Amino acid sequence: MSTSAYGAYGGRYVPETLIPALDELEQGWREALADDAFHAELNGLLTTYAGRPTPLTLSERFAPGKRIYLKREDLLHTGAHKLNNALGQIVLAQRLGKRRIVAETGAGQHGVATATVCAKFGLECVVYMGEEDIRRQKPNVERMGLLGAEVRPVDFGTKTLKEATSEAIRDWITNVETTHYLIGSCVGPAPYPELVAELQSVIGREAREQHLAAAGRLPEAVVAAVGGGSNAIGIFHRFLDDADVRLVGVEAAGAASLGTGRTGVLHGARSSVLADEDGQIADAHSISAGLDYPGVGPEHAFLRDEGRAMYVGATDEEALLAFRDLARTEGIIPALEPAHALARARELDAELILVCLSGRGDKDLAEALSGLEKLA
Amino acid sequence: MKKLVIYLMAEPETPELARAAVEGGADIVELGFPFSDPLADGPVIRRAAERALARGMRTRECLGVLERTHALVPDTPLVPMTYSSLLEAYGWARFAQDVESAGGASMIVADLPVDERPELRRVQLVAPTSTDERIALAGAHTGGWLYLVTVAGTTGARAEVSSALPQLVERARRLVSVPLYAGFGISTPEHARSVASLADGIVVGSRALQVAEEGPAALRGYVASLRAAIDG
Repeated sequence: MSTSAYGAYGGRYVPETLIPALDELEQGWREALADDAFHAELNGLLTTYAGRPTPLTLSERFAPGKRIYLKREDLLHTGAHKLNNALGQIVLAQRLGKRRIVAETGAGQHGVATATVCAKFGLECVVYMGEEDIRRQKPNVERMGLLGAEVRPVDFGTKTLKEATSEAIRDWITNVETTHYLIGSCVGPAPYPELVAELQSVIGREAREQHLAAAGRLPEAVVAAVGGGSNAIGIFHRFLDDADVRLVGVEAAGAASLGTGRTGVLHGARSSVLADEDGQIADAHSISAGLDYPGVGPEHAFLRDEGRAMYVGATDEEALLAFRDLARTEGIIPALEPAHALARARELDAELILVCLSGRGDKDLAEALSGLEKLA
Repeated sequence: MKKLVIYLMAEPETPELARAAVEGGADIVELGFPFSDPLADGPVIRRAAERALARGMRTRECLGVLERTHALVPDTPLVPMTYSSLLEAYGWARFAQDVESAGGASMIVADLPVDERPELRRVQLVAPTSTDERIALAGAHTGGWLYLVTVAGTTGARAEVSSALPQLVERARRLVSVPLYAGFGISTPEHARSVASLADGIVVGSRALQVAEEGPAALRGYVASLRAAIDG
């Protein structure tokens, strides 16, 4: 078996056709990591184009009695943490000589980030998106079109992120010589989970330093939403060695791959997945398109088993209320994904908490307002 | 003599269809055990898998179909083709064991490259993108024959036979000693003849599934047309 950094999880469960491309990617990635020019180019883009570092905001009214620091990835260009990964991978794709990019998207944030970097670098961009997600994340579909990307609807199966990911991988298998697959989360075959985690770990590196400066100490807990898990792994990484800091991942209750899943193989990796006893992948359900995914990055499954991170769920209703309350108490409209993290953070038995506010909620207004109306 | 491999999705009617394929001249029958997210498959096999799953074809039912097919065509090697998720859920070793006791000759796991679980005996696949090193590795581990994927792509009929095949066959001949059967994209007798002139056998899947929709007689006739083309 190929070696994995994540115990029994991870690996490369993909058709043989892709193995040479994964080898090439892995080698290109190792070379990039060792190359100062790569870091200089990426850091330049993160600073002058994306808007890093993002601020840390103390929220005092959202959860009375607690001090919750929000890591403001919603203020990043394109409105979510996804751009950290897209910029890193596009610089890498350039080094590999790939001129065509394919990606999958659920909430549309990764699709927008990918379309954005392709526009900036003049590359062809194809984004696969489920028809159900196209319906509920319309503003992002329009943004991708404006940015020059081709959005290909996926009209079978769940019509959400799971099928969009399968179709993006099928496209990659077919066009592997010319194409880089710009995966949006810390999922997929090796080296993707590790690569995406590294590119997103800028969130935690900044947040840890900012938190120390602002609060004079480390947080008691770090809380982040988990779909595929890239913003969570990005903020967790720098805290892994801080044994006193609890790491809490919040899944959508209807898509709790870590909470209620079993070991399975999906989209190229062995991880914890929602599947039936025969290994058939189950449908996930969440109001948040970004969390509506039956798989999760293998590193999260590993951190769960090791006991280093804990994973809990939040319901659609709890996320909607947190979405509304953050808007009313702090003047910040969060995306529905981090609204799940906020819902659990405000009930956590801790006072000093760092939350990854992974994206802004403009894209979710229609869905969230209609959901809130039903609650009323 | 060139070998003819026909792929069928495991469903209740499959034993009779497999018999018709053998009567038409199939040497080996692949039995698809359907998976919800078949990454290596194009729309025809994906849709067939969706239908089979909707009809309740889970691993145990598929093994039952394998057993009944083996009873009908005891002299024809039967090769289940599926995805890792089913083996993970069923137990990797137990799956191999139960396939063997149900009459399976080997198996194919479409998303399990040779370096993942090399101990699991199966037909290995190589593709035009495979390096010489990987072709040699797959050849050394494969069970019986080596599956040449003719194109970078998913399963499904194509207008033309892949131009990448001659070079892949040439490399594989140099690197491995087992028979080479080529598949993906072969649908017409003309394709079959042209690929069989290079490889030791051919695999036909998506088009066979479509013809099988019309029943055993149609499948028998289609397979016979492929047989005649590769023997001719």
